[in-house]
Amino acid sequence: MTERYDIAVVGAGPAGLAAALAAATHGARVALIDAQAHAGGQVWRKDVAHGWPRRAQAAITQALHHPHVTWLAQTQVVHADPHSLLLESAVGAQRIDYAALVLANGARELLLPFPGWTLPGVTGAGALQALAKQGWPLQGRRVVIAGSGPLLLAAAATARRHGAHVLGIYEQADAANVQRFARSLWRWPQKAMQAALLRGQLAGIPYRCGSVVRTAHGDSALRAVTVESARGSERLDCDQLAVGYGLVPNTELAQSLGCRLRQQGVHASVEVDAMQRSSVAHIYAAGEQCGIGGRDSAWLEGSIAGHAAAGAPAAASLLRQQRHARAFAQALETHFALQPRVRTLAQPDTLICRCEDISLQALDGYSDARSAKLATRCGMGACQGRICGAALAELGRFPRSGTRPPLFPARLASLGDNLSDNHRESSV
Amino acid sequence: MNSYDLIIVGAGIVGTACADYASEQGLRVAIVEPGTIGGGATAAAMGHLVAMDDDPAELALAHYSLQLWEAFTGVPQLEYSRCGTLWVAANEREYALIPTKIARLAAASIKAELIERERLYQLEPALAAGLAGGMLVAREAVIYPPAAARHFLDRALARGTVLHRSHATAINHTGLQLADHSLLSGPVLVATGCALPQLLPQLPMRARKGHLVITDRYPNLVHHQLLELGYADSAHGDADSSVAFNIQPRPTGQILIGSSREYGSTAADVSMATVTRMLQRCFRYLPALRQLQAVRIWTGFRPVSADGLPYLGRVPGQAEVWVAAGHEGLGVSTSLGSARLVIDQLLGRATAIDARPYDPARIAA
Repeated sequence: MTERYDIAVVGAGPAGLAAALAAATHGARVALIDAQAHAGGQVWRKDVAHGWPRRAQAAITQALHHPHVTWLAQTQVVHADPHSLLLESAVGAQRIDYAALVLANGARELLLPFPGWTLPGVTGAGALQALAKQGWPLQGRRVVIAGSGPLLLAAAATARRHGAHVLGIYEQADAANVQRFARSLWRWPQKAMQAALLRGQLAGIPYRCGSVVRTAHGDSALRAVTVESARGSERLDCDQLAVGYGLVPNTELAQSLGCRLRQQGVHASVEVDAMQRSSVAHIYAAGEQCGIGGRDSAWLEGSIAGHAAAGAPAAASLLRQQRHARAFAQALETHFALQPRVRTLAQPDTLICRCEDISLQALDGYSDARSAKLATRCGMGACQGRICGAALAELGRFPRSGTRPPLFPARLASLGDNLSDNHRESSV
Repeated sequence: MNSYDLIIVGAGIVGTACADYASEQGLRVAIVEPGTIGGGATAAAMGHLVAMDDDPAELALAHYSLQLWEAFTGVPQLEYSRCGTLWVAANEREYALIPTKIARLAAASIKAELIERERLYQLEPALAAGLAGGMLVAREAVIYPPAAARHFLDRALARGTVLHRSHATAINHTGLQLADHSLLSGPVLVATGCALPQLLPQLPMRARKGHLVITDRYPNLVHHQLLELGYADSAHGDADSSVAFNIQPRPTGQILIGSSREYGSTAADVSMATVTRMLQRCFRYLPALRQLQAVRIWTGFRPVSADGLPYLGRVPGQAEVWVAAGHEGLGVSTSLGSARLVIDQLLGRATAIDARPYDPARIAA
C-alpha cells in the first residue's frame, strides 16, 4: 500500500520544519521525513541533557503535532522517482507518493585530510557537537577545536556545556578577516546576539586566528596535536580534536532527481529561483543545500518553499527577509574563505578515502574521479565519495564523480521487495 | 611519424588485450581512446572468467582464453580469485541436464563435476532449502576487469605502444582519422564494443543493458560464483528482458549481484523495477541476501553481434581493417583468446583454434 501525500518534505531541520508548517497551514497533507530519531536537523539537534533550544522546541512541537503533518522519523530516502520516494526505516521499507517535494536535507561537514585525522578521538566540529548532544561523555576531557567558521564557536560552547575542558579554538582565517566579519554582524542583529551569547559562554577559551592543526599525534588514539600559527608551531596534549572546515551542501538527492546544480567554488548547490523552485517541476529546495547560509535563511527558505509547494505565494516580506539572510551567507563565504595553507596539510601517505583506505599518493597520475575510482577504489565505499570527493575537489585534484543509487546504503530487501507501484519504471 | 603496424580503436578489455599481444609480437602499435581506460562495458562487467557450454564455438574460444588468463593469476591489481563456478540446479529436471553439460565441457577439456544435494549445502550453506544439486567448475575464477585493461595497456605502453587520447572519426584508405585532426596511417583494428557501427556500420551491433548491485562486506557468506543452471536460457535467449540468479564473492568480501538483460533501453539510468525483479530472483536462491546492505547499483551495455558470436577478423571488402567486438557478456572471459585470434590472422599465422565461426564475413556476406 502506497501512502499518498500532497507534499513530501525531506529533512526536519529548520528548513524542513518551516516548509512542513507553511504547507500544512494551507491544508496540504504533508509527510516530514528525517533520518534521525528527533526533529531539528544538525543545528537544532536534541541535546539529551538540555533538550532543544526554545525556538526549536516551539517549531518542532508545532510541526510534529500539526494534524496535517505525518512525522516519519529514523527514515532514510534510499531512492527517489518523480512523484514517488522509496523509504527505509528500522521496521522496513515503504513507498510514498507525492504531488510536490521539498528537499531540505541540509549539508555535511567539509573534512580536509591531515596527518592523523583518522585517529580515534578526531572528529569533525559539527560531529563533536552532535556526539556531545547525544550523551557521549566529554566530562573533563581536553578538547581542541579547529577549522573554520562560526560552527567552531558553537561546537566549543556545546563541548564546554557538557563538561569538556576546551583548550582552544583554532580558526584558519586570519584575524583581519574575522574582525571584518564581526564588524559586519550589526546587519543581522540575531546573529550578533547569538555571537555575543557565545562569547559569554566561551569566556576564557583562547580563540586564535590564522591557525591550523597540522598533525594529530597518537598510536591507537589521539594524544596530542601540532598547531601552526603566526607564532610558530606548538604541541598540545589533548584527548579530543574536532576539525571542521565548513559545510558542503547535500546535493545527491536533488541530483538523482535531475535538478540542476550550480557550482559555487569547487562544490555544488541546488539551483533555485526566488520561490525556491528547482529546475524540475514540483520539486523545491530550501536551506543549506541551496548554498550554506545558516539557520535563519534555512527557516525562511523553508517557509517560502512550503507556501509555494502548497500553491500559495509567499508574502513579500518573507522574500525580503530571505534575501537579507542570504547576504549573511555571502559574508561568511568571503571572510572565512579557506587559506591556501589548509590545502597543503595532507601528506603523500595521508589517507584520503577512509572507506577504502586510499592515500593521497595512490591518486597521483589520475586526472578524473572515475579513472581514479576504477583504478584505486577511491570513493567506491559506502559513502560514495561524500567525504573524499569533497576533499579532493577542495585540494584541487579533480571534481567528485556522480553518485549511483541507492542514495544511502539500503537493505537488499528494501530494494527487492515487491512494494506496490514499483513495477512502474523509474523514468516515468 | 604517425605510421604504425597496427592502430587499435578502443581501450576496453578487448582493445587493450590486442595491444598487449600485438606489441609483444613486435608490432608498432597505436591505441586510440578518448575516455577512461576500461571505462565502458569493461568497468560495468562482473569479471567472471567462465566458459558457457551451449555453443561449441564460444566454448572453444572461452577455454582457449581461460588458459591464457592463467598467466595473470599473480598480478595483484587484477585481484584474481579462483573461487570456481557453482551452477545451481533448482529442481530435478535441471539436475538431470548436468551430465550432458559435464560431457560437453569435457569435450572442450574443461573439468566439471556433479554436485549432489548434500554436497551443495556443504559448499554453500547459505543457499535456499530445496535445491536439487549443482555442477562445479572448480578452475574458473573472477578478476577485476578495469584493472586488467589498465594492466594490459601498461604492458603495451612499456613496449612502445602510443596512446592517442582522441575520438576516432573515420576509417579511410590509409588509416584512421581522429577528431583532433591527426591522421594515423596503418592497418586499423576496431574494438569499440557497442560503438562499433559508428566506424563499421556494415556490422550490426545491439546493446543489451544489464544491472548489477554490490553490497557492503560480508566475507564467507558465499564462496563460489553462483549461477542458476538455467542461466544460459536467460543469457542467450532473445527475450527483450530477463533476469537470472548470478552472485559473485569479491575478494574484498563484498557480494556482486546480477543479472539482468534488456534490449531496447539506451539510457544508462538504473531502473528500480528491473533491480526489484533481479533481486527477487536472487532471494529465491539465496534468502540471506535480503538482510545485506546494498552500497551501489550500476548499469552497463553488452555489445551483441547479429548472431551472438563476436566478430573477430578481417572486415570483408577492406584489406586493412580488422575487428574484435561483439562479445556480449563474455568479453572479459574471451578477451585474451580474441586478441590472439585476430592478431595471429593479421600476422598471417595459423590460429590456435578454428577462426572461421567468428569471421565477420559470415554476417556481411
